[in-house]
Amino acid sequence: MSAVTRHRLLLLLPLAVFLILGGYFALGLTRDPSILPSMLIDKPAPVFALPGLSEGEKGLSNADLTGKVQLINVFASWCAPCRVEHPLLMRLANEQGVTIHAINYKDKPEAAKAFLAQMGNPYTAIGADKDGRVAIDFGVYGVPETYVIDRQGRVRYRHVGPLMPFDVDEKILPMIRELSK
Amino acid sequence: MAAIALAATLSLPALAVMPDEKLADPVMEARAREISKELRCLVCQNQSIDDSNADLARDLRVLVRERLVAGDSNEQVLAYVHDRYGDFVLLRPPVTGYTALLWGGPFALLLLAGFGTALYMRQRRRDVDTMPAPALTAEEEARLAALLNDDKPGVGR
Repeated sequence: MSAVTRHRLLLLLPLAVFLILGGYFALGLTRDPSILPSMLIDKPAPVFALPGLSEGEKGLSNADLTGKVQLINVFASWCAPCRVEHPLLMRLANEQGVTIHAINYKDKPEAAKAFLAQMGNPYTAIGADKDGRVAIDFGVYGVPETYVIDRQGRVRYRHVGPLMPFDVDEKILPMIRELSK
Repeated sequence: MAAIALAATLSLPALAVMPDEKLADPVMEARAREISKELRCLVCQNQSIDDSNADLARDLRVLVRERLVAGDSNEQVLAYVHDRYGDFVLLRPPVTGYTALLWGGPFALLLLAGFGTALYMRQRRRDVDTMPAPALTAEEEARLAALLNDDKPGVGR
């Protein structure tokens, strides 16, 4: 290779660097770094037993998670995005017949009850996680979070943040259908 | 005035760790602080739970202290949190197949850059060695002759 050709090739270097960086960003920027993988995927849900919102009311334990494909929704009355996704949960429960269990995260029972009275109650059972310890066992790091649980009580999918119609149609419902087969 | 000045010089930077979280045993508390500095707050992701004021960070700090009181070693406490939140929660993630690029990347890049530079330098030296000297123009030729003849008595100027 003569010196001249080599220098010509060198001129292409910025373009090459640009393409590499461009490709890197094109991939990297489509990912949300705040969304973390769950450690529980394909593993049994943690062992827990939570009391209900009121004295004597049925709570939620991991024994309730087997036998039926279902969702676990971690919510709190003080969490604004929970309000955003709530109508969607109502539709899932009422129109699609999806079983949704709830973990009420670090909430006042009265506030949670008022929230459900106002927005509707899509939950089959609710466990009150007042100190947030069960949520830590699940690896929850922000509310709302939604888990898809299979018949054997294993966690199959986790969604962080409010559910959007897109998430439900593209991911949650197809997954529930697949697991229910 | 003197009291204010004294207070200002004595006051420490605000810490996230609240007095009510602290353990009575200073040795245990020091271990808890050490562990907390290794754990990432998942809410404000570039802070450790020791630095963060987020609720979850506080809960995790309390949890770390509880595990210590229950008799866990530092490693066991870290493993407990790692089991729930994954590699991301560790500010120094373990070297695994998945994180190999993260740990090895900078060294690979350095090696590559060094190799490239060495190659470039070698080529350059070879170029200089083999480059033919350019021919002189007529003007330069005349000037050279004049200079060479300068110190010869009786010739030139």
